[in-house]
Amino acid sequence: MNLFFQDKLAGSLMAVIACITVFIPLFNLLTPVDSVLHFSAYTVSLLGKYLTFALLGLSLDLVWGYCGILALGQGAFFALGGYAMGMYLMRQIGTRGVYGNAELPDFMVFLNWKELPWFWQGFNHFGFAMLMVVLVPGLLALVFGWLAFRSRVTGVYLSIITQALTYALLLAFFRNEMGFGGNNGLTDFKELLGFNIQSEGLRSLLLMATGLILLLAFGVSRWVMNSKLGRVVTAVRDQEMRVRFLGYRVEHFKLWIFVFSAMLAGIAGALYVPQVGIINPSEFSPLNSLEIVIWVAIGGRGTLYGAIIGAVLVNYAKSLLTGWAPEIWLFFLGTTFILVTVFLPNGILGLFRSQEQKL
Amino acid sequence: MSGLALKPDELDVSHGPILYLEGINLSFDGFKALNNLSLYIDAGELRCVIGPNGAGKTTMMDVITGKTRPDSGSVFFGQTIDLLKMDEAAVARAGICRKFQKPTVFEALSVFENLELALAVDKTVWKTLFAKLNGIQRDRIDEVLAIIGLTEQRSRPAGVLSHGQKQWLEIGMLLMQDPKVMLVDEPVAGMTHQEIERTAELLLSLRGERSIVVVEHDMEFVRTIASRVTVLHEGSVLTEGTMDEVQNDPRVIQVYLGG
Repeated sequence: MNLFFQDKLAGSLMAVIACITVFIPLFNLLTPVDSVLHFSAYTVSLLGKYLTFALLGLSLDLVWGYCGILALGQGAFFALGGYAMGMYLMRQIGTRGVYGNAELPDFMVFLNWKELPWFWQGFNHFGFAMLMVVLVPGLLALVFGWLAFRSRVTGVYLSIITQALTYALLLAFFRNEMGFGGNNGLTDFKELLGFNIQSEGLRSLLLMATGLILLLAFGVSRWVMNSKLGRVVTAVRDQEMRVRFLGYRVEHFKLWIFVFSAMLAGIAGALYVPQVGIINPSEFSPLNSLEIVIWVAIGGRGTLYGAIIGAVLVNYAKSLLTGWAPEIWLFFLGTTFILVTVFLPNGILGLFRSQEQKL
Repeated sequence: MSGLALKPDELDVSHGPILYLEGINLSFDGFKALNNLSLYIDAGELRCVIGPNGAGKTTMMDVITGKTRPDSGSVFFGQTIDLLKMDEAAVARAGICRKFQKPTVFEALSVFENLELALAVDKTVWKTLFAKLNGIQRDRIDEVLAIIGLTEQRSRPAGVLSHGQKQWLEIGMLLMQDPKVMLVDEPVAGMTHQEIERTAELLLSLRGERSIVVVEHDMEFVRTIASRVTVLHEGSVLTEGTMDEVQNDPRVIQVYLGG
C-alpha cells in the first residue's frame, strides 16, 4: 500500500482510478439502462480506452522519464500487443465471418490462401495469445535494445532509429502478404472468452480489467523504481559514464527497463483492441509514438502518475476537439506541447509539486 | 598466498608494481596522444602525474580503465590481469576506480544513495533489483560519510552540494568500491585553499592501504602529497623522481616554461 500512497497526489489519483474501475462497471451491471448511474456503453469504452493509453504513457515514462532514453517507437510495442490480441479475436470469429470459413479469417479467404500460416497457429488459445501479447513486444525490444545499447547508441540517434523501427513495421504490416490483414488490419470481432464483444457486460469487464492492470502496473513500476535498480536507472539518465565506472553494465540495465516497458506497452495494446474493435497498421504510425511522448511531457515525466494524468487529459481533449473541430487538433496539441516545454518543464505535475514545496 | 596457487584472475603484486603500462601507443587522427608510454605504479604508493596540457594524462587514465583501447602496448593489473581485454565495468569490478576531472555525482540522488550505488556488491541487474542494505554495509557508508566529512549532508540531494563537497563525494564513491587502485583526475580543481588542505589530508590518509594515482596541475598541492612524481610530455614519460628532483630537471623547466 505504501507504494501507492507515497505522496498525496499519487494516492488520490490511484483512488480515483480504483473508483472508476470498480464503480462504473458495477453500476452498469446492476442498474437499469434508464438510471442516472448507468453509463452508456460508449462512455465505458471511452474510459477503458483512456486507461489503456494511461498504461502506455506509464510504460514510456519508465524508459524516458527515469532512464533518459527518448524512445520514439513505443507505439510499435503497443500495436504488436494489439495485433496479438486481434489474432486471438479473429480466430474466435469462426464460421460467423462473411465467407463462413471455420479455420481462416476472411481476409485470408479473400487472398485465396488455403491454410493458416504458421505464425497464426496457437492464437485460438487465449492463454497462448496472452503470452504472445508480452513476449512478442518483449522479444523485439530485447533484440533491438541489445543491438542499440551494446553499440552505445544514445540520445537523438537512438530516438531516430526507434522512429525508423516503428515506421518499418508500419510499412510491413501494410502489405497483404504479411498475413495480418494489410491495410484493413483485423476487425469485425465477435466474441472474447465466449462473451459478445459488443455487450455492455463485456465492456464493463474490460474497463475493470484495464483499471486493475493499470493499478497493478503502477504498483510494480513504483516498486521497481524504489529499488536500487531504480536508482541505478536514474543514475544512468544523469551520468551514464559514472555508472559504468562504478562497475555496472549500463547496457544490461537499459535493456531490462526497455524490455519491461515494451511488455507493459504490449499489454496496453491488447486491452485497447477489444475496446475499440479494430487494430490496423496506422497504430504503427510514427506520429502515434510522438504523441505518447507529448502525453508524458504534459503530465510530467519521471513520476509515473504524471504520465497517467497526461495520457488521460490529452486524450480527453482529443475526443472533445476532434468531435468539434478536427482540423485544429494537431495545432492545439503542438501548441500545448511547446507551451508546456517552455513554461512547465516538469509538466502539469510540476505545477502541483512546486506549490506543495512552497507550503 | 603462494604464487603457484594463484588463479589467473587473481591480483598478484608479488613483484612490487600493481599497474604495468608498457609501450603504449595511441593516436587520434594522426595526433600521437600516447607515445611508447611505459609506467609502473607500486602497490600502496601515492603517485602524482603532472605535465602540460595535452601531455596525455587523462588519455592514460582512459586506457587503464578500458574507456579507450591503445593501438599497441600492454596494460597489466598485477602480474596476471590483462586490462586491455576488459570493459569499463570489468575494470571497475576488478578494483581500479576513477574520479573524473569534472566532479561527477548523481545530482538527483541523495548523498547516501550516491554512496550506496558505489558499494562493492554484486552489480548485475537482478541482484540490484532485489538488493537490500545490511547492517555492515550501512556502517560502511556511515564510515565513508565521516571520512569525506559529509555526514550532515547525507540526506540532501547531491546536486545542492558545493563544488568541493561534490569532489569529496566522488572520492567517497571510489572508497565505497574498496578499490586496489584509485585514479584521481584533478581532485582540487576549483577548490578553496582550505578545501585543498582537507583534500590533501584525505588522500594522505588513504595512502598505503591502496595505490593512488593523482593527476594534478596545482604544483603546491602535488608538493604537499607526493613522494614520487612522474612528468608526462607529448605522450611519454619525461622524467620521474621526487618533487625537488623533478622541479630542478632542466627538461621539465623547458617543457613548462617553453623554450
